[in-house]
Formats: sequence, structure tokens, C-alpha cells
Amino acid sequence: MDSPGASMAARVRALVAAHRGDRGALLPILHRIQAEFGYVDPDLVPLLAVELNLSRADVHGVITFYTDFRSGPAGRALVRLCRAEACQSVGAEQLVAHAEQVLGIKVGQTTPDGSVTLEQVFCLGNCALGPAGQINERVQGRLTPARLEALMVEAVHS
Amino acid sequence: MTAPVTVYVPRDSAALSVGADQVAKELERAAARVGRPIRLIRNGSRGMLWLEPLVEVVTERGRVGYGPVESSRVGDLVAAGLFDGADHDLCQGVVDQLPWLREQTRLCFARVGVTDPLSPEDYLAHGGLLGLRRALELPAADVVAEVTESGLRGRGGAGFPAGIKWKTVADTPGPLKFVCCNADEGDSGTFADRMLMEGDPFTLIEGMTIAARAVGAQEGYIYIRSEYPDAVRTMRRAIDVARAEGWLGADILGSGLRFDLFVRVGAGAYICGEETAMLESLEGKRGMVRAKPPIPAITGLFGKPTVVNNVLTLASVPAILADGAAAYRDLGVERSRGTQVFQLAGNIARGGIFETAFGMNLRELIHRYGGGTLSGRPVRAVQVGGPLGAYLPESGLDLPLEYEAFVAAGAMLGHGGIVVFDDTVDMAAMARFAMEFCAEESCGKCTPCRVGAVRGVEVIDRIVAGQDPDGNLALLNDLCELMTEGSLCAMGGLTPMPVRSALLHFPDDFTAR
Ligand SMILES: Cc1cc2nc3c(=O)[nH]c(=O)nc-3n(C[C@H](O)[C@H](O)[C@H](O)COP(=O)(O)O)c2cc1C
Ligand code: SF4
Ligand code: FES
Repeated sequence: MDSPGASMAARVRALVAAHRGDRGALLPILHRIQAEFGYVDPDLVPLLAVELNLSRADVHGVITFYTDFRSGPAGRALVRLCRAEACQSVGAEQLVAHAEQVLGIKVGQTTPDGSVTLEQVFCLGNCALGPAGQINERVQGRLTPARLEALMVEAVHS
Repeated sequence: MTAPVTVYVPRDSAALSVGADQVAKELERAAARVGRPIRLIRNGSRGMLWLEPLVEVVTERGRVGYGPVESSRVGDLVAAGLFDGADHDLCQGVVDQLPWLREQTRLCFARVGVTDPLSPEDYLAHGGLLGLRRALELPAADVVAEVTESGLRGRGGAGFPAGIKWKTVADTPGPLKFVCCNADEGDSGTFADRMLMEGDPFTLIEGMTIAARAVGAQEGYIYIRSEYPDAVRTMRRAIDVARAEGWLGADILGSGLRFDLFVRVGAGAYICGEETAMLESLEGKRGMVRAKPPIPAITGLFGKPTVVNNVLTLASVPAILADGAAAYRDLGVERSRGTQVFQLAGNIARGGIFETAFGMNLRELIHRYGGGTLSGRPVRAVQVGGPLGAYLPESGLDLPLEYEAFVAAGAMLGHGGIVVFDDTVDMAAMARFAMEFCAEESCGKCTPCRVGAVRGVEVIDRIVAGQDPDGNLALLNDLCELMTEGSLCAMGGLTPMPVRSALLHFPDDFTAR
């Protein structure tokens, strides 16, 4: 695909228009795009550059600077496990190793059937109830291997 | 029909992370089943996180708490008389009378967990807007003076006096000025900003409006990290409510003051907590750190004079204005005045929010209130002040919680996060992680940070592998020196702090195994 679908382009133009009056609108627009499509298609860069009167390099630079913006769709369940210090103190590394083992993938990868994407995150603000994770936006605390597996199954089937 | 009994179940995301929504649902079901009308309020969290989900029931004695409640136990609790505040093995008694809460001094967190976060009536009934009303009566310069005299220092990490920053912005002329709230809260072990925004968002709005009044700003931005979707939603709804109530907008409380507020969401970059990187991000750019000077107070967002303060700094302001600078200044010790919202985290039996006047002993906070480790094993190390803060050994915990005492001990208080580790921790691994984190999160602008952190990981790996340990230890020291001296901001500049403190206090962990 060398240019985003016509419907996606039209929708993105509408999103840009909706944020026209905002200061520093690029980030809010990128968040909206990702919320709607699940990722920010790299082919949108020229369109965003024209619409926002920025250089392509600037738009590309912003998208790639921030880890939130993904260039392709995530799995049905996006599982993010916290690996920051407070969660490490209660076994986050063992939990990550367990998740990698049961899913058969490494952090940063998606299972071949597209069901689960496993990511790491540094702190979810749930540091007194670690190990913490976030499954499709919902923060989870006191994760054990069994609870994590149950939550992943639930998320894949919801 | 009997009057409905009021029941509180927190909506705070920590409470949700252990099932508060399911508990709320079960309570409604059980109430219907026994024919007992209830009024369910979703409050913030009281900050006793080991008790979450903490259900509170309003009784003649006060609010009686039950926790931690699992949804599977709700039926049993209701049968035992929960709606009448009856005794049960999960009953904690009257919540306000629990020593853990009673022995705190809650100014910033006075309403968190007590009120319905989005109810303007609740806010007013619990002392809301008193600070803003007073600020609107005073000349702007007097508002700044009040904050200066209170001794309030920035709670985001650096501890810079808030009043001095405000005065610089107030004294810089300009038709457009901004107030920006730093709610990026990326430090591991910290969650107070999040809990305040989810549990009492109007306090932050009030604090920012007072700042705007003091410095002559028209527009405000709250930069919230994307890892906090609940805080984002609550803050946005609170701003809508505040506008509808006339607490924000063109004519605030009929005073003629114009100020409006917007939420912006980060995108997963720790460095955007550094204030100039945050401003770049708010401008829609990559979060690259700016060289200072110019300082944001003079050349800030879009080049305009800008107040940048942490959530807790701004949320401390309403109480200072309401009760006066002297009342605030009377709390605390030395040059650390007022209260700090400490966060007990990591391997801790009773983790949560402990707001108290500066000066309490760290060991007392961890053992007496925190109850020691969650695992029941001995405490071995404690990291205070986030990923850039020092590791303290058990023997070094007799420190007063106060900015200068921490600096003197080679540590920093930072945002007040306290992360406890038991004796299973591998401190060489923690030192390595500090370097790894820096490598991962560096904005890349300067070489000592960008390259030094990557080298740091490699060198630590060689040390623990037993390859020329003395030579590599010397190299690690040089690297730390270089990062400390040659980095533009505290990301690269302070990463050596956890590394060197780990080396100093736990040298045995760095020998080959
Ligand atoms: C790497 C780095 C990360 C930071 N992260 C935060 C943060 O998440 N929240 C915050 O308030 N301050 C953070 N700071 C401190 C800010 O740069 C700044 O000092 C603060 O927002 C000023 O507000 P205050 O004076 O009210 O503390 C960070 C600093 C550095 C160097
Ligand atoms: S020290 Fe690191 S994070 Fe800070 S400006 Fe330099 S490269 Fe960026
Ligand atoms: S360190 Fe894991 S949630 Fe904060």
C-alpha cells in the first residue's frame, strides 16, 4: 500500500480540522488517529505534513520519538507489563519471563495468530500493588502468573 | 421505605486494578436482593492501598470500612450486616479513626477518598474554593507573596521555591502567559499525582487558577502521561464541570478573571517529565530537552512566560491561600516547609499515600506505617526519589524526610516516592537497570547521556562477569563522572546516583558469581 485508503485519508482530514484551533495540535491528532485505527500508518506522514504545514521530516520525527505510536495494528489483547523498580521488587521480571514463555514471544512482539501483543512499560502509577500491568487500557495490580493468564484469555475473547 | 444507606467504593485506578468495579456491581446486586436501597458513590482512594478495594458504609458512628474486599465475598459481607456497619473479619472500623490516617496531616490530600471527585457540591462542602476566593480578593502580588512566604517548594523533584518562580513570571510583561501543570509522573514508586487527579481534580484546577491569577496567565495546560487514561478522563470531566460552574472561563466567580484549562496527553516518553521537554511536547514536537537559559518562566511555552509546576505543588496552593502562609510554614523543618505526600511502594506490607509534615524519620515511615516488607523478609535497600534517586541501605534509613538532609546523605527526596526492596534484591542488577533505563529514555541530545548509558550497561555486565573487575570498576566510575558533569539535564546527570549508591553500599553484589 503506498497511500492510505481514501476513507482513512478523509477521516484524518476531518480529525485535523477538528483540532485546527488547538495549540500544538500534532500530538492530539496522532492520539486520535491511533485511537480510531489502532495505529498511525506511516503513509499518513505526507498528508499530515501538508495539512499541518509541517515538513515530512518533522511529522516523521515526532511519530517515531514517542513509543506510544505504533506503525501497525496490535494484537486483540495489548498486554503491557511494568518493569520499573517498584514492580521489580515484587517479581516483575519473573512475571515477564512467564508471559514470554506461555505466549512463545518476546517483549515487543505479537503472537503469530494476532491475539496478543506483549509490551513493557515503565511504571503505571500502581507501584504499591505490583506487579502491575495494563491490559487493553485497564490497569491490573498484584498480578500472579495465573491471574495474568486468566486476564489475557478474557481480553482475547472479549 | 428505609432511607438509602450511602456506600463508597473507590474509582481510583489502583482500586480498579484489584477489582473495585466488580465489587461495586456485586454490592448493587446484593442490595437489590436483600431489598436494601443504597446510594453508591465512587470516591477516590483513601490511599491505604493494601486495603483496596476498600468499601465504606455511612453509619451513625461514621464511615465504617471493609477491606480488602473481593467481589466473591460481597454476599457474605452483606449477609453479615455490612450495610449497618456490622463487625466482620474484613471490618477495619471507622476509617477516619484508623491511626494510619489519623496520624497524617492531609492538606493536599484532604478531600481525596472522602468526596465524590466530580461533585461540585461535595467540593464546596469540604472547603473547596476558599483559597481561590481569597486569591481573588488580594492584589496579585500579594498572592505571589503568600506562596513565597509559605515556603512551598516544587514537588516535582528539584524543590525550587514556587513563589520565586511565580514572581519571575509575574514580573515578565506579556499579553499571553501560560500555567502548565507537569502531570507526567514517570518515576517508579510515585502515584500521588495520579491519585489527586482521579480523586480530587477540582483542587488542581483551583491551584492552577490561583497561579493564573497571581502571574496574569490566561491559558493553562495539564500534561498527563498516557499511562494514566483514568486520570485523563476524570480531569477532562472535571474541567467541563468547572466551566459549567463558572470556576473556569471568561469571568471566574464573577471576578472578571479569565482563565481556561486544557488537558494534553503524553505519548510514552519519560523525558517529557523534564519541564523543557514537556514544553516541546506541548508544542507538538519531539520531547527534546532545551538548553537553559532561557528559563521557562521567561521564555516558556511557545516562547511566552510560563509557570511550570508539578501537580502536588499546584494542589498545595489552595490550602495555603485558604489558611494563610504562616499555617503552612509552621509545618515542617529547616528549609522544607509544609507537608509532603509520601508514597510507600514496592515490596511493602502497607503501601499507599502518607502525607505528613517534612521531618519524619524514613525508617519510622517504612516500618511503623508501611509495616516493613510485603514478603516478610528483611528490608535490604530503599530507593527514594524515583529512578534517578539513590539506593539507601537498611542501616542508612535513619534520615529525616527533608530536602537538605537527603542531599547531605548523597540522596534526593524527589517526588516523594519510596521503593522498598527485600534481601533478595540484586543491586548490581538494579544499577544495570538504572543505566538501561537511561539508555532507553534519553532524549539523545547529548553524548554523555546517550552513549554513556549504553556503555554503562556493558561495563556493569563485564564487572559481574568477572572480566577485569578493577579496570572496569574504574571505567564505570569515570563514566559516572562524565555523565554527572557533561549532561544537559538530570536524566543523564543523575543516573549515576542510583549506580554509585548501589556500588557504595552493596559492593559485594558486584563481584563475579
Ligand atoms: C528526566 C526528568 C524527569 C522529570 N519528570 C518529572 C515529572 O514526571 N513530573 C514533574 O513534576 N517533574 C518532573 N521533572 C522535574 C521538572 O523538570 C521540573 O523541575 C518540575 O516540573 C517543576 O515543577 P515544580 O517546581 O513544581 O516541581 C523531571 C525532571 C527530569 C530531569
Ligand atoms: S542528559 Fe540525556 S535526556 Fe537530558 S538532554 Fe542530555 S541526552 Fe537528553
Ligand atoms: S513501578 Fe510498576 S506501576 Fe509503578
